[in-house]
Amino acid sequence: MGKDTSCRARDVPAVIHRHYSYPVASATDSSVIRLGDLRLDDARALLEHDPSSVLPAPEASPVEYMQTILDGLCELSLRDPLTGLSNRRHFNHLLNREIEAVARSGESVLLLIMDIDHFKKVNDTYGHHAGDLVLQAVSKCLEACVRPMDTVSRFGGEEFAAILPNCPATFGPVVAERIREAVSELSIVVSPTETIHVTISIGGAFAPEWVRSTIELWTERADEQLYRAKSAGRNRVFIEEQHGVAVSADEKGMLFGHLLFGDPASGDAAGSAVTDSEMNRAY
Amino acid sequence: MSEVSNPPQDDTADPVLALKSRSKVIAVTSGKGGVGKTFVSANLASALAKRGLRVLVLDADLGLANLDVVLNLYPKITLHDVFTGKSKLEDAIYKAPGGFSVLLAGSGMVEYSRLAPEVRDDFLRIMESLVPNYDIVLLDTGAGISDVVLFAVSMASEVLLVATPEPTALTDAYATIKVLGAQQKRQSIRVVINQVSRTGDGTAITTQLQQVLDRFVNKDSEHPLKLIHMGDIPADTAVRQAIMKRQLLAQADPGCPAALSITQLASKVESAVIKHGA
Repeated sequence: MGKDTSCRARDVPAVIHRHYSYPVASATDSSVIRLGDLRLDDARALLEHDPSSVLPAPEASPVEYMQTILDGLCELSLRDPLTGLSNRRHFNHLLNREIEAVARSGESVLLLIMDIDHFKKVNDTYGHHAGDLVLQAVSKCLEACVRPMDTVSRFGGEEFAAILPNCPATFGPVVAERIREAVSELSIVVSPTETIHVTISIGGAFAPEWVRSTIELWTERADEQLYRAKSAGRNRVFIEEQHGVAVSADEKGMLFGHLLFGDPASGDAAGSAVTDSEMNRAY
Repeated sequence: MSEVSNPPQDDTADPVLALKSRSKVIAVTSGKGGVGKTFVSANLASALAKRGLRVLVLDADLGLANLDVVLNLYPKITLHDVFTGKSKLEDAIYKAPGGFSVLLAGSGMVEYSRLAPEVRDDFLRIMESLVPNYDIVLLDTGAGISDVVLFAVSMASEVLLVATPEPTALTDAYATIKVLGAQQKRQSIRVVINQVSRTGDGTAITTQLQQVLDRFVNKDSEHPLKLIHMGDIPADTAVRQAIMKRQLLAQADPGCPAALSITQLASKVESAVIKHGA
C-alpha cells in the first residue's frame, strides 16, 4: 500500500502513511474508498509546498482530509503560481459564464486585455528574476485597481486580462485609464540598487448586448484594440466603440415624464391591481 | 469582423436589398430580452392559424431562441443543418401544436451571429423559397439592435415591436425604434405592449413613445416615423402558467384575458398584412 513508484513519497512526512487505511465513505457503503487505496502523494506534495494550506490530520476526519486535498487541487489548477491571479483556464470559464449572462440580460460587461510594454527588455537587461518581480508587482497593482467582483487573470507571459461585469460604457475607459496610470507610477525594486518602471498597453471590448458571443470573438476584438494601443506608441488605452444609439437624458425625461409627474397614487394602484387580479386567477 | 457590425455602412440597412416577397413577412422584435417576444410570436402564430391562415414562425434569434421551449418542441433538424447542407429545408419545418409551422435555428447557429455575407445569402435564399408557401411569416428576432436583428428585420415588410411598461424595456424599445427608423428608413412600426396592468396603459405608452419620437427624431426628418398601436396584452397569471406547462395560451387557457387580447391582435395583424400584401 502506498508503494507506488511514481509518487514522490520522500517529500511526504512518514506519519501520514500510517493512516492510509481510513475509509472515506461510510463502512456500510459498498463503494467504500479507502484512503490507502488512493495515490495521494503527488497531491499532498503539491499542497504542502504551499505554506498557506494546512492539511487536516487524516485520522480526525478522512472526508475532511479528502475534501481539503480536492479543494486545494482545484484552487491550484485555477491560479497562476507566480502571480496568484486566475489562470487562463479559470478566466475562460468565467468569460463563458459572462457570455451566457450577457446574451440573456444585455448587461454591460467589459473585457480588458493588457500587455506590459517592452517586457522582454526587462528580462534581457535585469534578468528573469527581475521580470518575475515586475509581473508580481503589476499583478498586485491590477487587482488593486478593480472592484472585488472583477476578475484579473494572467493570460500568459506578460499579458493580463480582466473581466468587469456590470460596467457601464462610460466607466470602461475611466477604469482602464486608472489601471494604465497606476502601473506607470509603480516603482519596482528588483535589486538593492535597482528600481524600474514599466508601462502597460490596454485594449478593451464590451460584450455585444443580447448576442451570444464566443470567447474567441470577444478576446479577438479586445486584442485588436490592444494592437491599436501598441501601434499608437504603447502606454495607452483603446476601447472598442460601441455601436448603438444613446437615449439622451432629455429623451428619457420625456419618456418617463408621465411616471414622475402623474398621479402619485396611480402607480401603487396599478401595482395592487395586478396583485389582486393575479390572486383572483390563482385561487 | 465582430459580432456587432457598424450598421450605417452595413447592407442590412437597406431593406430593398433583402427580400422580394417580403410583404408577408413580419419581424417580431423587442428592445430588450425577457419582454415576451417569443411568447407573442408563438401565440400570435397560433391565433393567425386559427383564422385559417398558413403561418410559419422562423426563429431568427440565432442561437438564442426560446421558441423550442415555448412550444415544447425539440426538432432533430434545424436551420443549422440546412445551412451546413446536412438536411433539406422541407425536413427542417415542423408542425407546431397551434396548427402553424416552425423552423428553428438550432444551437449551432451561435457562430452565425457574425453574419458573414454568405450566411446572409443563404438566409435570403431560404426565405425566398419558403415565403410563397405561406400567408404570413413571423420572424422571431433577437432582442436589441445587433446586426442579426437588423438583418432579420430588413427581410420584413412590417415590424411588430414588443415592449412592457417597465422603464428599461421602454428605453430599449425607444432605442430600437430610433435605429429602425434611421437605418432602415422605416415609416411605421407596430407596437404591442405586453404585461399591461390596466386597460389603456398600452395605448398611453405608445402615445408617449410617439411624442418623444416626434420631438427628438421626427422633427427634421423627411420620413417621420409613425408608431401604430396594435394592442395591449394584460398581465395575466394564465400566461405564466401556460409557459410553465409549455403550452400555447389557446391550449392552456383559451378564455383568459391575455388569450383574448392575442386573438384581437391576430385580427389586426391579418388586416394590416393581407391588405398590404395584396
